[in-house]
Amino acid sequence: MNETYRAFAEFAQTWGLLYFVGIFLCVLAYALSPKRRGEFDAAARMPLSDD
Amino acid sequence: MQTELSLGQPDPAAKGPAGGPQKSMTYGEGGLAFLFAMLALGALVVASGAESQAYAFHAYLSALASIVCVFAILNRYVDRPAARPALEIDGKPNYNFGPVKFATIAAMVWGIAGFLVGVIIAFQLAFPVLNLDLPWTAFGRLRPLHTSAVIFAFGGNVLIATSFYVVQRTCRARLVGDLAPWFVVLGYNFFIVIAGTGYLLGITQGKEYAEPEWYADLWLTIVWVTYFCVFIGTIWRRKEPHIYVANWFYLAFIVTIAVLHLGNNATVPVSVFSPKSYIVWSGVQDAMVQWWYGHNAVGFFLTAGFLAIMYYFIPKRADRPVYSYRLSIIHFWALIFLYIWAGPHHLHYTALPDWAQTLGMTFSIMLWMPSWGGMINGLMTLSGAWDKLRTDPVLRLMVVSVAFYGMSTFEGPLMSVKSVNSLSHYTDWTIGHVHSGALGWVAYISFGAIYCLVPWLWNKRELYSLKLVNWHFWISTIGIVFYISAMWVAGILQGLMWRAYTSLGFLEYSFIETVEAMHPFYVIRALGGVLFLVGALLMAFNIYMTIREPEAASAATPSLVPAE
Amino acid sequence: MATVTHKQSLWAKHAFFEKNSIWLVFGILIVIAIGGLVEIVPLFYLKSTIEKVSGVRPWTPLELAGRNIYVREGCYNCHSQMVRPLRDEVERYGHYSLAAESMYDRPFQWGSKRTGPDLARVGGKYSDEWQRQHLANPRSVVPGSIMPGYPFLAETPLDADHIAEDLKVNALLGVPYSEEMIADAQADLRTQATQDADATALQARYPGAQARDFDGNRTTITEADALIAYLQALGTMVDFKLYEDKANVR
Repeated sequence: MNETYRAFAEFAQTWGLLYFVGIFLCVLAYALSPKRRGEFDAAARMPLSDD
Repeated sequence: MQTELSLGQPDPAAKGPAGGPQKSMTYGEGGLAFLFAMLALGALVVASGAESQAYAFHAYLSALASIVCVFAILNRYVDRPAARPALEIDGKPNYNFGPVKFATIAAMVWGIAGFLVGVIIAFQLAFPVLNLDLPWTAFGRLRPLHTSAVIFAFGGNVLIATSFYVVQRTCRARLVGDLAPWFVVLGYNFFIVIAGTGYLLGITQGKEYAEPEWYADLWLTIVWVTYFCVFIGTIWRRKEPHIYVANWFYLAFIVTIAVLHLGNNATVPVSVFSPKSYIVWSGVQDAMVQWWYGHNAVGFFLTAGFLAIMYYFIPKRADRPVYSYRLSIIHFWALIFLYIWAGPHHLHYTALPDWAQTLGMTFSIMLWMPSWGGMINGLMTLSGAWDKLRTDPVLRLMVVSVAFYGMSTFEGPLMSVKSVNSLSHYTDWTIGHVHSGALGWVAYISFGAIYCLVPWLWNKRELYSLKLVNWHFWISTIGIVFYISAMWVAGILQGLMWRAYTSLGFLEYSFIETVEAMHPFYVIRALGGVLFLVGALLMAFNIYMTIREPEAASAATPSLVPAE
Repeated sequence: MATVTHKQSLWAKHAFFEKNSIWLVFGILIVIAIGGLVEIVPLFYLKSTIEKVSGVRPWTPLELAGRNIYVREGCYNCHSQMVRPLRDEVERYGHYSLAAESMYDRPFQWGSKRTGPDLARVGGKYSDEWQRQHLANPRSVVPGSIMPGYPFLAETPLDADHIAEDLKVNALLGVPYSEEMIADAQADLRTQATQDADATALQARYPGAQARDFDGNRTTITEADALIAYLQALGTMVDFKLYEDKANVR
């Protein structure tokens, strides 16, 4: 049964890791892209502006 | 494609010759009344053949509630004006706050009930004679009543109230649906009644935090789908280009709870006339599904939902935008990404395969980072306005709640480390950890939100008394400190006693000796609970008096000034 | 009064952004699905999840009824049924629990808190008489106990009219209850709770099942009969003298 464990661990440590790093980079790119600065600044003020 | 929900959405009212619209029953009203009538009939059939009295009671209760609903819908139809409520009045959104108000009051009432049952069971552990030797007063039945009352009844109503409020305000749009929001609020509270009375009568699935039986689960599913539709429908109506981040968290909460609920309650009832069902998973798989559910109930119900509250109410109350909107987005994705994996840390050293335990531990430790990212974001929103903490006890309540969030999300990863867990698991340390999160984080952010909401909803200038809020804050904070420190000491002591050996290599303590050693800590814990309850009672009084105050527009007497 | 009802125009204006919220929902669903699926699905397919051991059988009708009382009263709130492979636990409670031992348990009752001791191997540790007294008044046998008393169990006749249906649903879900077991459920239940009854047929269907009057009241089959029968069977099915730990390293 150590075989299964090893196979799992190997998969997790290669493809799994790649998957997580990839997703994390996508989120970072989305959140930090200068293109969206204005949109986010406006969004942050949404609760404050009164109607 | 028509986006409006059919439920409660009238056809555009036909204009009569006199210019006034002609009143006609909407599909929503007619259909829902019909469905409730059918439900009443069905419930009566079930009641007549029910295999137990408790189940018959629930069936009759459902029939009664359905009939009341039919009458309420018809009565409302007779009384309402012909035109549907406008989406906007004078260019401003015509918000629908009725269901929000109901859920806010319900949260307060259930909160006090839940804290009270908590105090009772805390005293039962210190003084077992209080179990009274009756079926419906024994700890085993009251403990689920306590957990469900505080998590689902109190917490759930807070989440429904705030989500319906926040989604309208940040989308600048009226809630979708006419009867649908009411169906969500009332239906959810009916689920609570069925669940709670069921526990007392011995109807339970025997799965922690998922005790309600199949028919209650089915009902909750219907309510939850409607909740999702109302929420996302309102987002579709929005006039802002961007969906505010609080709504992301609410959406993750609603969607994930739906998935968890379906997965962990996949049961087959013995018969339609029996309250009993059997789960399709068994043994080790059932354990994994249960704690996948259980831990993500913490992650998505008690964390994501209440983080949404943090992201709206703290900026609003402090009158400053959130510290970093970008961080909030990273926080969101990282949190929901990692949380979903953490469940197996509830099953360390059990018969769950090691690979699953290792995965659970790894992700639990990683979870520390987004949790603290969120905490920093909440706390730093106050930067440059820290002086407000001195004058505004409501803000202080919310900021301290974020600090407690930071504390318990540091403790959580620590306890998920296998070697720590081998000591802490099965002990009161877990109970202490849960309550530092539940009392310190969830309840405090909820109290803060309710203190904010009530004057806004009922159009009052300020709360009846900020001084009382201050008292509430200090009394319950002392209560929490009593509670969690007693449980830390009790838990670690218990864990150490269980594994203590004499010099000859025998176990040093019998189990009952470790039980007896807990007594003083159980008493302190119960007293901490009493203080927390007293604080909540002060709050209820304050809320009641605030609602009774004259409206802001016509307010002649100024409300009390903040304590300096 | 300028009331506006603009359903259509709203829709037209917001078609694009509506798509965004759908993407958000999909994103959430995908993210949460992956974690759950990776952890849960292999448990059903990896043969190593549940050890190969002999002896574990489905609960008898009486034990199942007792187990349902255990669930009903919320015993799992204070008692675990999961001995961890730690030195002190194995010495205190017995051999650590195997996944196979709870493979027919719906729901599992491993528990999460030990306000009272673990019960995974409580079967046979105490006499029926002790269990009776302890349930009725825990402090009469364990003075420091903080357990609630359950005197009503011995006074409540067991409602077992539908026990065959319970077995049927369990069989539907994969518990190996045969047609015969379901047909004879009612009779098996009575036999097991009756002193000196001929239990050969019962024990042929459920090897090792103990048949006797558990609650000390020979006239009625009570809830205490069922619960004690369940407790006395807990953790007794696997013969650990024959169990090879190393063969099942996972």
